[in-house]
Amino acid sequence: MEAQAQVPVSDADPTPPADTSDPAAEIAIDARRISKVYRGEDEVRALDNVSVTIARNEFFTLLGPSGCGKTTLLRVIAGFEPPTAGTLWLNGKDITRLPPNRRPVNTVFQSYALFPHMSVANNIRFGLEMLGKPKKQIDEIVDEMLNLVQMQAMKSRRTSEISGGQQQRVALARALAPEPEVLLLDEPLSALDLKLRKEMQIELKRLQHETGITFVFVTHDQEEALTMSDRIAVMSAGRILQIGSPQEIYQRPAERFVANFIGESNFLDATLSGNAVTFRTGGTYEVERPADVEDGAVSVLLRPEHAILSSDPSALPATVETVVYSGEATSIHTRLDSGEALKVRVPNAPHSGGLPEQGAPVRIGFAPGALTVLKD
Amino acid sequence: MDLPEDAGQLEAEAVRRDTRDRWLMSVPALMIIFLAAAGPLLVMVIYSFLTPGDYSGVKWEFSTNAWSSILVQRDIFDDTLQWADAHLTIFWRSVSLSIITTVLTLAFGLPTAWFISTRPPGKREFWLFLMTVPSWTNLLVRTIAIQELIRAEGVINNVLIFVGIIDEPMQMMFTNFAIGFGMTYVYLPLMVLPIYAAVEKLDVRLLEACYDLYASRWHAFTRVILPLIKPGIIAGSILVFVPCLGAYVVPRVLGGGKNLMFGNLIELQFGAGRNWPLGAALSFLLMVIVMIALIYYIRITSQERKDG
Repeated sequence: MEAQAQVPVSDADPTPPADTSDPAAEIAIDARRISKVYRGEDEVRALDNVSVTIARNEFFTLLGPSGCGKTTLLRVIAGFEPPTAGTLWLNGKDITRLPPNRRPVNTVFQSYALFPHMSVANNIRFGLEMLGKPKKQIDEIVDEMLNLVQMQAMKSRRTSEISGGQQQRVALARALAPEPEVLLLDEPLSALDLKLRKEMQIELKRLQHETGITFVFVTHDQEEALTMSDRIAVMSAGRILQIGSPQEIYQRPAERFVANFIGESNFLDATLSGNAVTFRTGGTYEVERPADVEDGAVSVLLRPEHAILSSDPSALPATVETVVYSGEATSIHTRLDSGEALKVRVPNAPHSGGLPEQGAPVRIGFAPGALTVLKD
Repeated sequence: MDLPEDAGQLEAEAVRRDTRDRWLMSVPALMIIFLAAAGPLLVMVIYSFLTPGDYSGVKWEFSTNAWSSILVQRDIFDDTLQWADAHLTIFWRSVSLSIITTVLTLAFGLPTAWFISTRPPGKREFWLFLMTVPSWTNLLVRTIAIQELIRAEGVINNVLIFVGIIDEPMQMMFTNFAIGFGMTYVYLPLMVLPIYAAVEKLDVRLLEACYDLYASRWHAFTRVILPLIKPGIIAGSILVFVPCLGAYVVPRVLGGGKNLMFGNLIELQFGAGRNWPLGAALSFLLMVIVMIALIYYIRITSQERKDG
C-alpha cells in the first residue's frame, strides 16, 4: 500500500451526474477522469484519465490484455484502490472516498477468495451478518441464494471440499446475497475448463437477468466479452479505447488495436480520399468515412469471414499460400500482389470442394460495407 | 474410475511399503527419544517411590511419602497433618505467571508477527533475523542484564527519579513482576515465530473479501483473521506456556530466594533439600500438569473448529 501516493483530486466535478432529471434512464456507475498512478522506482500509470458511465441493470464488460488497467478500474470501483485523481459516482452519490465495506458493491474475485474455515452456507451468510440483518431474514436469503446457484445440497460442506465450478457458484451467491447495487466480477471464469466456462457464461447471463443487478465484468477473453455483454469497453495501457455494443465493437472498431484484439483481422494499407479508399494493390472502393480521419494514408480492416473468393475481375488479385481446414470453416491465407497478407475464411458446405490449391491465383472480393477505415 | 481390482491392491501394497520404509528411517531418532526421555522418566517414577538418602540420593525402601508430602506435611512437633502451603503457593505462582506470560507474549507477539509478515517479501527475513539476535547471548547473561534494568539503582528507577515521576526507587527486583517481565522478554520470540508462519500464509484477498462484504476491521479480525491464524496462536501458546511452567533461570535470578517457581522447587529438592524422591515426584507432577493442560487446550480449540 505504501507505493500509492495519494494526490488530492484536482479536477473533481462537484455536480451530480448529468441525468438526474430523468431517473428512468438511470446511471449506476459514473467514473469521471479516473487516474491511478503507482509511484515507485518507475512510475506506472495503471489508469489514465478514464471516464465511463455504466447504466443500471447493464452487463458491462471491461476487456483488454493483461496489464491494461481493467482490474485496477474494477478495484477502484470496489474501493480497494483509491484513485490518484478523478471521482467515482454510484447512483448519483460520490463514493470516491468511501471505504469498500461501506460501498453497496460486491466482488466475485478471480480466485473466489472463499473463507476456508466456513461452510458454504456460512460464506453466503457473512455479508448479510455484517450488514446486521435479522437472523430469520438471513436464513431466508441464504436459502434463496443456495437455490439460485443450485448449491442447496452442498450447503454444509467446507469450501475446500467442493469443485472449482461449485466454488465459483458459492462466490457468486456470496456476492449476490447482500443485494449489491453493482456486482463486480474479476475474470471469474478464467480458472474453469472450457465446457464449464461456457455453461457459466450462460448461467451468469441468467443470474444477471433474474436479479436485475448491474454487472461489471472483467475479462481478457474477447469471445466471452462478445457473448455475454450488453456493452464492452476495450482497454489498453490504462485507457479506454472504445465503448460499444458487441456488434459495434466487432464490426466498427474505432482503432487498429481494438480490431486486432477482437476477432481475426486483415489490415490493408490504403489511401483515403473523400468517401473512397484506394489499395496499394489497386482498386478503389466506397467506404463509410469516419469523422476524425483525414485524407491520406489509412489502415483498412477486412474481417476474414467478410472476404470472399470471387470471379469478379475488379476483385483484388492474390496468390494462395496456405489452406487451413478447421471444421466449420476453412481459412485461406493469401498474399496480394502488393505483398500484403490477406486471410479469407470460407464456411464449409456439406460437400465442400473446389477450394483453391497452394500457389493458385485467386481474386478476393467483399460485400459492400465490409471495409472499415481505422484511426491508427 | 474403474481400475482392475489388482491395481488397487498393488497401490495399497506400495503405500504400505512406503510407510514401512519411512518408519525405518525414523528409527534412529526414535531410539534417541526413547533412551533420553522414556528411560530417565522411568528412573524418575521409581525414585519418587523411594526414601530419601541420609545426605543425598535415595535409599531402596518403598515409600509414598514423597507423593503425599507434595500436598500435606506432618508437623515436626505435634505430628498433625497440614497443607503444604509453601508448595501450593509455588504451584499457584507458576501457573498464574505462566498464564500471564502467555497472554502478554500473545498481546505483544501478534502485532509483531503481523508487522513482520506485512513487510515486502525481501525485508521479512531481516526482521525475523532481529527477533533471533537476543538468543545469541546466553539466557543467564540476558537475565542478569534485566536485573540491571529493574534493580533499585537500575536504569528504569534512575530514569524515573531523574524525570521526577517517582521520588523513591520502586521495588521491582525479587517480585512476581520481575519474573513475569523476564519470562515475557525471553519467550516472546517463541510466540512470534509460529504466529508469523500462520499470518504469512494468510491470503490477503480474504481480507479484501471481508471488507467487500461490509465487515469492519474488528469483524475482519475476529471472524476471519483469528480463526485462520489460530493454529499459529495455539502453537505459540504451547511453546511459551510449557517452558514457563518449568522455568528455572529467570525466577532464580529475578525472583530471588523467596519467589520460587516449580522449576526452582524441584532443583531445591535435589540440592539443599536433599529429598530426591520429592524432587522426582514434583518433576513427574509437572509433566502430568503440562500434559493435562495441553490435552484440554487442544480439545477445546479443535471443538471450536468443528463448530465453525
